[in-house]
Amino acid sequence: MTTIPAPRKPWALTPQARVREVLLLLAALITSIALVQVTPLKGKLAYFFTFFAIYAAITTFSQYFTRGKAAAKDAFIKTIVVVGAVITVLPIASIIATVVSKGIAGIRPGLFTHDMSMATPTDPLTNGGLLHAITGTLTLVALSLVMSVPIGILTALYLTEIKGRFTAPIRFLVQAMSGVPSIIAGLFILSAVLYPITKSYSGFMGALALTILMIPTITRTSEEVLLLIPNDLREAGVALGGTQWRTVAMIVLPAARSGLVTAMILGVARIAGETAPILLLTGGGDKVNPNPFNGSLGSLPYFIWKSFNAGSPEAITRAWAGLLVLLLVVLILFTLARLLTTQKMKAR
Amino acid sequence: MDTAVKPHSLASVASAGRASSTTSLGTGLEARGIHAWFGKNHVLSDINLDFAAGSVTALIGPSGCGKSTFIRTINRMHEFIPGAAMAGEVLLDGEDIYAPGVDVTKIRLRIGMVFQKPNPFPSMTIGENVLSGLKLAQLKVENQDDLLEECLERAGLWNEVKDRLDAYGGSLSGGQQQRLCIARSLAVRPEVLLMDEPCSALDPGSTLRIEDTIRELSDSMTIVIVTHNMQQAARVSDYTAFFLSEGGPGQMIEVAPTSEIFSRPKDQRTENYVTGRFG
Repeated sequence: MTTIPAPRKPWALTPQARVREVLLLLAALITSIALVQVTPLKGKLAYFFTFFAIYAAITTFSQYFTRGKAAAKDAFIKTIVVVGAVITVLPIASIIATVVSKGIAGIRPGLFTHDMSMATPTDPLTNGGLLHAITGTLTLVALSLVMSVPIGILTALYLTEIKGRFTAPIRFLVQAMSGVPSIIAGLFILSAVLYPITKSYSGFMGALALTILMIPTITRTSEEVLLLIPNDLREAGVALGGTQWRTVAMIVLPAARSGLVTAMILGVARIAGETAPILLLTGGGDKVNPNPFNGSLGSLPYFIWKSFNAGSPEAITRAWAGLLVLLLVVLILFTLARLLTTQKMKAR
Repeated sequence: MDTAVKPHSLASVASAGRASSTTSLGTGLEARGIHAWFGKNHVLSDINLDFAAGSVTALIGPSGCGKSTFIRTINRMHEFIPGAAMAGEVLLDGEDIYAPGVDVTKIRLRIGMVFQKPNPFPSMTIGENVLSGLKLAQLKVENQDDLLEECLERAGLWNEVKDRLDAYGGSLSGGQQQRLCIARSLAVRPEVLLMDEPCSALDPGSTLRIEDTIRELSDSMTIVIVTHNMQQAARVSDYTAFFLSEGGPGQMIEVAPTSEIFSRPKDQRTENYVTGRFG
């Protein structure tokens, strides 16, 4: 009989090493606080940067004296990388914290059942709500998706499957298009469609401009995803007697499904909070408008802009609530899309 | 270049007596003067090879000698590679598959292919994978369940998967996946099956299963198999063709009944290769 040894992790930190790590952190913390107190440095950022600078210095030197030059470099770079990651996360965390803390005051049940047609900006928060803006934003997102997803995916298919003569110029144009400022898309629809043809604001005009912004995002992401599908699968499909179209429809697109949903999510993320074209084209009403093709359509970005402009304390609280709701709407859309794709993946 | 490469005909070697029956199975497949290029690179020169109906032909030779390129010209998969070009004729029942107006998809239905790497369709279940060819080619079949069972049976996979036809193809082992791919190509009832190193990614057990499958299939169809494994060629094939590239485009050095290639090859280069002296 052989005895089975207890599983261990010989590469893990020993208790002494862990204590030393904590001591180093504490030392860096204390010196950074002391440093900020005695020098003219002020504020949270000062604590943040002195702490990391001192921590980097301490770990680098301690590694240098205990394990040598290479280990010191390794420790230094590691600290820099962590600082980079923290700096990336900080603004996002800070934005979310600000929006939640300021917006939560304006969140009430009535917000989701009433619109602003019977309320003025100076009314107390018990009057009116965001229903028109929420439905408006959802309408805009849905309309833009319906228009841009087919165009975007078909363009991506042209670039990856057909690889025709115009592949290079189209790829170039799509890339250039993804850099188009949103106000230019808005002005384009205003001057090319709204003024000469429809002559009135509507949700559809806004959705047209958003579609222009969304197509490049969806095309580029879909293209990346389709390029990841192994060529073996395309060859297998064709070798079984399928035409190119049937091979793409039955094999390539289903295999790329979750990636294509990601492309849609990124497209929605690009446009959900887009404001400039909305201001130019939708008219931004205060009433729930079920018809995006006729009459002005309110939306969350428009409402936020309008409320901040109104300036009364109630309006500003409403604007923060609108920001919070916009974040939540985007979050819910993302989660839904993820759930829809992962369900099928789990079945595998 | 010490010897000129002469066109070989299997008809003559078949009459030497060792070949399996060449009657009643119908489909004859002949390659006539096949050349192939990738861009300006001439990779295959003047291949003439007949495949007797119901026979197994092994193509052997060192890497880069054009074996795979050659079988891809036989079912018109060669043209999928950008910059590819070819010359010559491939006659299926006497008709050139490269003639203008030929429906390529119909050709590929009659000449199936199994690839080096198992490539089941990831978005389909095992059952859907087997029947995928019917959907791709929009063929109607009376009883799909019978066909499903028959194909999996012939590919030697039925007993292992009959209880989980709804599982995804990716959940199978590599050897099972390859047999699934064989079953998939059988479902459209091809007359010829091309196999491009079908066992190169598999363990010995799976390899033997697939070799058994090949032997069984050869009763009803013509099989061409590219292999680097000379024992495999000896085990499964009726004829063996030796390909070689000596700096220039790949050429066919010799074709003969398999036992002759391995026991008394006519060409010194073939002998060197099959005895392991180079390549």
